[in-house]
Amino acid sequence: MNAYLIALKAIIGREAFRFVSQRGRFIAALVRPLLWLVVFAAGFRAALGLSITPPYATYITYEVYIVPGLCGMILLFNGMQSSLSLVYDREMGSMRLLLTSPLPRWWLLFCRLLASTSISVLQVYVFLAITALYGIRFAWYGYIALLPALLVAGVMLGALGLALSSAIKQLENFAGVMNFVIFPMFFLSTALYPLWKMAESSELLHDICAFNPFSHSVELIRFALYGQFNGFALIWTGLAGLIWVALALWGYDPARGLVRRSGK
Amino acid sequence: MTGLRVDHLSYAYGAKQALNDVTFSVEQGSFCALLGPNGAGKSTLFALLTRLFTSAQGTIEIAGHDMGRTPRKALREMGVVFQQPTLDLDLTAQRNMTYFAALHGLSGKDAQHRIDAALDRLDMRERAGEIVRNLNGGHRRRLEIARSLVHTPKVLLLDEPTVGLDAAARRSITDHVHALSETEGLTVLWATHLADEIRDTDQLLILHQGALLQQGLSGELRAGKPLADHFLAMTGATA
Repeated sequence: MNAYLIALKAIIGREAFRFVSQRGRFIAALVRPLLWLVVFAAGFRAALGLSITPPYATYITYEVYIVPGLCGMILLFNGMQSSLSLVYDREMGSMRLLLTSPLPRWWLLFCRLLASTSISVLQVYVFLAITALYGIRFAWYGYIALLPALLVAGVMLGALGLALSSAIKQLENFAGVMNFVIFPMFFLSTALYPLWKMAESSELLHDICAFNPFSHSVELIRFALYGQFNGFALIWTGLAGLIWVALALWGYDPARGLVRRSGK
Repeated sequence: MTGLRVDHLSYAYGAKQALNDVTFSVEQGSFCALLGPNGAGKSTLFALLTRLFTSAQGTIEIAGHDMGRTPRKALREMGVVFQQPTLDLDLTAQRNMTYFAALHGLSGKDAQHRIDAALDRLDMRERAGEIVRNLNGGHRRRLEIARSLVHTPKVLLLDEPTVGLDAAARRSITDHVHALSETEGLTVLWATHLADEIRDTDQLLILHQGALLQQGLSGELRAGKPLADHFLAMTGATA
């Protein structure tokens, strides 16, 4: 086997093993969106009326609306969690071990990105299996069309985490990332409310949501779940992904990046 | 042949100069100790040697490969033991070794032969199946040294490898690594702030405030005085 693939297999294997052995993390990652679905969405069902907008062909309940957003939430939290583990890795030195491999650095970082995305995708499917038991089901082809959408969105959010991890010096600063990246990205998106609903309350809010790449990942997922393709959302998600990847590569570049400035 | 060559290497974090025009070389098969107090620039030197980041000033050569121009060839010839432990505590010693071998593109039987040989050299073979969390500090360090040998490097870099170990474990590790340079022809750079880990026949570099104060054979440099006293006199006088 080629040296690149051997490394890829080992890095994904290590992430998978860590994930399986940290059962608490697995359960937490599932409980979070399920709580939103069961508690938050059930309460909101009465308060929020939804009109028929694509990809929906008929009236839907709020619980149905919120599921793609919660899939996005899993990807978002996991992307950030993996960057947290990168910062931890760097503090603990195992990131340095990874970077002394003679394989090109971009490949090593890409392996990490792919490893964390695969685990996120797995979690989304487990979440969807539980929502199916709860009564929210999609057509079988929706679950298949979802896979590429999840991969694109997962890589985009993972790359954001990777870029952030190169900028964060210490584990403690990660709380700031929670407050200033995860929460605004999630709340100022179409995960919880459709765009037209936002526009009713504030034009500014609407514009921010329409700009937020996370909104577009959620829409990409939403359309895919109904077997439809949203090209604009794909372009926007892909574009954001490319920017984050470029930033992450810059951040970990030994001659220029942020790792150099922090001296860690 | 030179195992490791550093030429006019400087590095600054913003306005703070961490390394200032450092030049030295270590012959293939020699044991070279890098002695310096905390904050002398040892960690910066190691970060540059392991290409965590690079400097525009100066060059680094590992077994004849220029780190700036052919970094991947240079990294392939280099084994590193970092100051911070980098083992996966929840994995067995064997799985830690396999993961590392894979990062160097090694797998299957070839990797296993190399892993067994490396574990043998450090007398760790019988512990291969143990979870790392259950190993004591000295054994973990020996495992990390064994791991750094899996891809049969020509140059071995160790950044304060005995930190936090008791006297017996320190002695055992120091002896093991000295033996590696003597019997296997490995070039060793051993950073430390403990003078008693260094033998008279070792090459010695004294680093202080980012600059090399002295280099030569340890026995000659100390000139009859205990090395610890010599070291304190050198670094204390200019502090």
